[in-house]
Amino acid sequence: MSSPRPSTALADAVRSGTRSALDVVEEHLAAIEAGDGEIHAFNLVTAELAREQAVAVDRRVADGDDPGLLAGVPVALKDNLCTRGVPTTCSSRILEGWQPPYDATVVTRLRRAGAVTVGKTNMDEFAMGSSTESSAFGPTRNPHDATRVPGGSSGGSAAAVAAGFAPLALGSDTGGSIRQPAALCGVVGMKPTYGTVSRYGLVAFASSLDQIGPLATSVGDAALLFDVIGGHDPADSTSLNRPTPRVLSVLDDGVAGLTVGVLTEFLEGAAPDVVARTRQAAEALAAAGARVEEVSVPEVALGLSAYYLIAPAEASSNLARYDGVRYGLRVDAEDTVTMNSHTRSLGFGDEVKRRIMLGTYVLSAGYMDAYYNQALRVRTRIIEGFAAAYARYDVLLGPTAPTTAFPLGAKTGDPLTMYLSDVCTIPSNLAGHPAISVPFGAGDDGLPVGVQLLGPALSEGTILKVAVVVEDSAPAVPSPARAEAVRP
Amino acid sequence: MTGPGRLTRDDVAHVAALARLELSEEELDLFTGQLAEVLDHAADVASLDLAGVAPTAHAMAVTNVLRPDEVQPCADRDEVLAQAPSVEDHRFRVPRILGEAP
Repeated sequence: MSSPRPSTALADAVRSGTRSALDVVEEHLAAIEAGDGEIHAFNLVTAELAREQAVAVDRRVADGDDPGLLAGVPVALKDNLCTRGVPTTCSSRILEGWQPPYDATVVTRLRRAGAVTVGKTNMDEFAMGSSTESSAFGPTRNPHDATRVPGGSSGGSAAAVAAGFAPLALGSDTGGSIRQPAALCGVVGMKPTYGTVSRYGLVAFASSLDQIGPLATSVGDAALLFDVIGGHDPADSTSLNRPTPRVLSVLDDGVAGLTVGVLTEFLEGAAPDVVARTRQAAEALAAAGARVEEVSVPEVALGLSAYYLIAPAEASSNLARYDGVRYGLRVDAEDTVTMNSHTRSLGFGDEVKRRIMLGTYVLSAGYMDAYYNQALRVRTRIIEGFAAAYARYDVLLGPTAPTTAFPLGAKTGDPLTMYLSDVCTIPSNLAGHPAISVPFGAGDDGLPVGVQLLGPALSEGTILKVAVVVEDSAPAVPSPARAEAVRP
Repeated sequence: MTGPGRLTRDDVAHVAALARLELSEEELDLFTGQLAEVLDHAADVASLDLAGVAPTAHAMAVTNVLRPDEVQPCADRDEVLAQAPSVEDHRFRVPRILGEAP
C-alpha cells in the first residue's frame, strides 16, 4: 500500500475543480503567517504574487483548460533561484535587494505546470554550510525542535515543507544541501543526476557539483516535482541533451529482484541510533523482495577531503563576480580595487570568506598540484569505486547524515566539524549521481532520521521506486504540531 | 606526508589580498587556524600516490555544445542597469581605475 502523496492529491483536486487554488494558497499563507515568526524558513513571502498565480490557475480550470501537473500546489523556492523582479539574496548581504532580470528555468517550468510560488527560503550564505546558520539574515529553526538546526544549506526549504508552509520546495545540492536538511527535518529530498535539471538561473557555488532538486512530504510528490523541472535546457550548456529518466510510471513497481548494497563506510561514521534505523530500512527492503548485502566502497572515505578542495576552488572563481560593479552591494572608495575589497569584505560572511580563501589557496601556484589536481584524481577514484559497486548492486543504501538535528550554535565555531555533517552525501555530488533521502523513523532523541538511496547516473526511476518501499515501511516520526493544519 | 607545509598566517594574508578580502588581525588569526585544520584533514588526499590516475573536473562530461548562430532576444539593457550601484550614460560607473598621471 502506498503512502499518501499530498501534493499529487492537491493538484488532482485543483485540476478537477473540487478545490480552488486560491483557497489552497490562502491556507498555506495563513500557516506561514502563524508559524514562520518562530521558524524563519522564508527570507521573503510573495503573498500577492502567489494569490495572482492561484487566481490565474482557478481561471484556467473554470475555462476548461488544464493548468498542469502541479496545478495550485504551493512551492517554496530556495533564495538562490533567480526570480525576475523578486529579490534573490542567497542569504548574503552582498546581494541584498538585488532583483534578477530573469527567471531560473526551473521557476519558468513550475509556473507552466500551474504551481504557485509562495516565497524565497532561507539558506546558508551562498549555500555554504550544513545548518542554515551562515545566513546573513539569521538561522532557520527545525520545526521538530526549535532549539535545533534544520540542516543546510537548503534548511529554509526543508523547514518550510516540514512545517506545512508549502507541500513542495526546491533546493540546491552541492555536497548534500538538499538531502541532509531533508533528513534532519523529516521530509523527502532528492539530488538528481548532474545535468538532468537546468542550472540556468541558479546562482553558482561550485558549478561541477551544483544541482537543483525537489523537497516534498512524500517520495511520489518529489518524483512529480522532478518530472516537472527536469529535461534539457539549451540555456545551460551542462544540461544533458538526452531523455530525462521516466519516474512517475515506475514509482509503484516494487523492489522484487533488485539488489541493494548497504554501504559500510557510511555506517562507520554514523551514530548508533542512525545506524539502527538504516539497518531496519535494509531489512524492510529484504522483506519486500530485494537482495540486500553489505558492501564496502573504500574510495568514498576520501570524498570529504576531495570535496573541501574542489568546491572551494570552484567557489573562489564563481564568487569573483561579486565586485560591486554591476549589481548588489557597493561600498564606495577612491579607486576601484579598494571599492572591490571594501564591498567583498563587508558583503560576505565568515564562511564564504573561508571558502574563497581556501579555494584561492588550493588553486595558487605551488599548491594546485598538491591539492586541487590531486582532489580531481581522487574524484576519478570515487567514480571508479561506485562503478564497481553498481556492477553488482542496483542501488546503495546508507544514512543521509551521521546524526539527527544538532543544537543551534553547536558547530558554528568549528568549521571542520560542521563539514563532517556532509560525509555521507558528498560522494554522490563528486560522481554526478542521483541520491534521495527518505524519512525513516526517529533517533533516540525523537528527532527524524533520514536514510539515503544512491544509484548510478540517470537511475532516478530505480532509486525512487526503492524509496517508495522504504517510505511505506518507515516507522512514524511525530509530526511538528503546526504541520497538521494544512494537510489536504 | 609528502604534501606542502602547513598553512601560515602570511599565506592567508596573501590569498586574502588576491581574493580582494580585507582581514583584521583577529580575523587573520582565526582564519589561519581554521583553514589549516581543513587542509590538515585534506592531507590524506594530498599524500596519496595517484600517479597515472586521470583527473575528473566534470563527472558528466559534455563537450562542444553549440547552437545555430541565430540572433536571439537578450536581457533588457535598462532592466539590467537598474540593478547597478552606479550608472552613467547607459554604462556601469566605477571609481578611478588607473593611478594619477605623473
